[in-house]
Amino acid sequence: MNYITQRLLTFPLVLLGVSLLVFFAIRLVPGDAIIAMLGTEAGLLTDAQRESLAAYFGLDQPIIVQYGRWLAGLFEGNLGISVIYGKPVLEVILMRFPLTLELALLSMLIALVVGIPAGVFAATRADRPSDLAVRVFAMLGQSTPSFVVGLLLIYFLSVVFRALPAMGSFTPLFVDPIGNLSQMILPAITLGLSFAAAVTRISRSAMLDVLSDDYVRTARSKGASQRDVVWRHALPNALIPVVTLSGVEFGYLLGGAVIVEQIFALPGLGRLTLDAISQRDYPLVQGAVLFIAFNFLVVNLIVDLAYAALDPRIRLGGK
Amino acid sequence: MSTLLGVHDLHVGFGRDPQDNEVVKGVSFELAAGKTLAIVGESGSGKSVTALSVNRLVDFGGGRITRGTITLQRADGTAVDITAADEPALQRIRGREIGMIFQEPMTSLNPVHTVGAQIEEAFRLNRGLGGAAATRAAREALERVRIPDAAQRLKYYPHQLSGGMRQRVMIAMVLASNPRLLIADEPTTALDVTVQAQIMALLAELREELDMAMIFITHDIGLVAGIADDIMVMQHGVAVEQGKLDAVLDNPQHDYTRHLLKAVPHFTSGRAVRSDGGSPAVAPIVTVDNLAVRFPVAKGLFRRRSGAVHAVDGVDFDLRPGETLAIVGESGSGKSTTARAILGLVKATRGRIEAKAGRSGRPVQMVFQDPYASLNPRLTVEALLAEPAIAAGQRVDAKLRQRMVFLLERVGLTKDALSRYPHQFSGGQRQRLCIARALMLNPDVVVLDEAVSALDVSVQARVLELLIDLQHEFGLAYLFISHDMAVVERIAHRVAVMYAGQIVEIGKAAAVLGAPQHSYTKRLIAAVPAIERRRQHFSVDVTQVPSLVRPSGFEPPAARWREAGEDHRVRVEEVA
Repeated sequence: MNYITQRLLTFPLVLLGVSLLVFFAIRLVPGDAIIAMLGTEAGLLTDAQRESLAAYFGLDQPIIVQYGRWLAGLFEGNLGISVIYGKPVLEVILMRFPLTLELALLSMLIALVVGIPAGVFAATRADRPSDLAVRVFAMLGQSTPSFVVGLLLIYFLSVVFRALPAMGSFTPLFVDPIGNLSQMILPAITLGLSFAAAVTRISRSAMLDVLSDDYVRTARSKGASQRDVVWRHALPNALIPVVTLSGVEFGYLLGGAVIVEQIFALPGLGRLTLDAISQRDYPLVQGAVLFIAFNFLVVNLIVDLAYAALDPRIRLGGK
Repeated sequence: MSTLLGVHDLHVGFGRDPQDNEVVKGVSFELAAGKTLAIVGESGSGKSVTALSVNRLVDFGGGRITRGTITLQRADGTAVDITAADEPALQRIRGREIGMIFQEPMTSLNPVHTVGAQIEEAFRLNRGLGGAAATRAAREALERVRIPDAAQRLKYYPHQLSGGMRQRVMIAMVLASNPRLLIADEPTTALDVTVQAQIMALLAELREELDMAMIFITHDIGLVAGIADDIMVMQHGVAVEQGKLDAVLDNPQHDYTRHLLKAVPHFTSGRAVRSDGGSPAVAPIVTVDNLAVRFPVAKGLFRRRSGAVHAVDGVDFDLRPGETLAIVGESGSGKSTTARAILGLVKATRGRIEAKAGRSGRPVQMVFQDPYASLNPRLTVEALLAEPAIAAGQRVDAKLRQRMVFLLERVGLTKDALSRYPHQFSGGQRQRLCIARALMLNPDVVVLDEAVSALDVSVQARVLELLIDLQHEFGLAYLFISHDMAVVERIAHRVAVMYAGQIVEIGKAAAVLGAPQHSYTKRLIAAVPAIERRRQHFSVDVTQVPSLVRPSGFEPPAARWREAGEDHRVRVEEVA
């Protein structure tokens, strides 16, 4: 518990660093928020109009003051108003987040359910044809870009099976579970495939290591069956690298998956952030980046807790 | 007496073409019920592979039995040829008929399951027990191997137990099924000598209780002398000599057996100490005065110091030029920490370490235990030997290369070693490289931290000889850290015995090893296996080393010393 408290105390520091970086980095990009907002119409503005707009968004102040104001707002839970949407940034982000979270969770589920057994299977048959087959598929899965997989899936569904993947506006899971899943399943498979390939490869190599460990030999000397040896004795010891990898991948997915969102026309965090950057929606970019960083911190904390749950040496301390 | 196990013309090979890569080349032996066979040999002799073939665990290490039969008499009276049995049949034999304990208690237990769960599993697999019955059986098994607080310990994870405790847990697990044959593969090699004596005593007792046959694999003839009925000596995959224990030990027929008996340093209670060198009159080159090394123990949210591990507490000794001072003690006694403090690798909390600048600016050099891990695999020998010189600010020039070649030849390697990498050398050769590296800067003192412990016995003997030669030639002083009393007897002029961070006895080797005064020294020496003491019976002793974690501000009471003779001091024991 103390450990968790300690970790939580580092959160504000990391977030402060991230906020500084993003606040100044985005202002290094050439271009003007007002021009970006109004497009060609910006040329029609009088200087007075321009100044009053700048004053409205606080853009007339020195950068350091702008940062101070923004930071002060943060402490009240106010991330500012999105220029594009005209709504509070947090509200805009939270509207998109359930989709991204669900997509990430589904992809990870697919990755673990497919990847761990595949890795274990390959490891127990190391260097035999079945192992080779798994390894080839894993290489393919990892090296094929997600848009190729996504387009192939759409092609097969629409042309071969003459059904269209559900696209368009997002149907929340709790409103219409079936509608939601029919919309999410293809993108989740698209993302889950390369994720699963990575999980397969790492669980295979971790299992190979563990299977040659002394305690596995001990289990066999007790008369344990192959099934017991693999699932009870070896696998729990091989999961640490799988958790590490899954944490990192999951953290990335929580930042949104731009390409897959684009292909399947899903309103997720990835496209939101991309739009915000290209339209110079400073408050939204800052808010989104901060939100993504926060998610990473939470995921890392969960990963560390998972280590402790998996390995008593971490949980209880000691050698 | 009925034959329990008959091995006939066993051949075992590895790799794609096992016939061409045979490690065991035609071994035959018979083992009667309730008897103990010792298989003795050095690494690579095929002794472990032979044992692992008996329960076919060798299959999982990539080995294949290419020829021969292994006939096991099962409990129900039927005989089975293990070489022809299929995996399901083998699973019924493993555990139930043949139990096995391994060398490394640290890695042989599964770190993610409690010891209770692991013992219960053995009962579940071999006796069909489940739930509370399995838990009760596991507790009884732990009590049978003399683990105090058995009910509590069931909930422990392996990493929370000491090496000796873990090996007892292994034994408890094996006992779950009352196997009629126990294979023990170097079960005490990784343990301290007093713990080793306890485990050996336990095995001997259990063997009587359960009328269990045993195959005991070891590199240490002295160790099996007390426990075996028959002995088989292996070399290069062949049994070069086998027979009754006494016959083989007292009247060895094969050259290799004689060599092993000679090469293995046998502890003789101080009668084999060196008679050369060591001049007490000269001023010491290293003086250690009241050395203490403490590691803080922190607790809680703000990492407040709650106490300290007193790894080394009030140690003083002198090391004189040209002499070997051995520091003996068991793991955790502080002997390695003392060595590291002298080299400045750990910071002394208190005390004074004075090393006189002798022939060079860096009078103290070190050789570590593991010759595999202490040479950087990416560097050639030339780069490895140049390292200390570069660190001392010297240039790599013709003169330095000359010294490299000189030292390589001096430690028994050739000049062409320079361009090679560490993996191209054997363990003994690597340790010679480490010694050459330590001598590059022409030191006065070499700290040898368990420097021969990882080597095979006959290699060990040659490296010890080399060390003695080098000592004469270069007038080196050695600080020789070791847990192996027999080795210490061969090389030490003086011996310091460390226990729980303190020196309890120090003096001339013959006096300390021959007439130990302190109760710990006596216990330590009594635990050393020796051929000449083979009839002696050890009793199970469960004395635990006191905890070294002390509360903040704790200071140990000042040591009082008693002179037991010329150059022989003993710490006065507090009567509790």
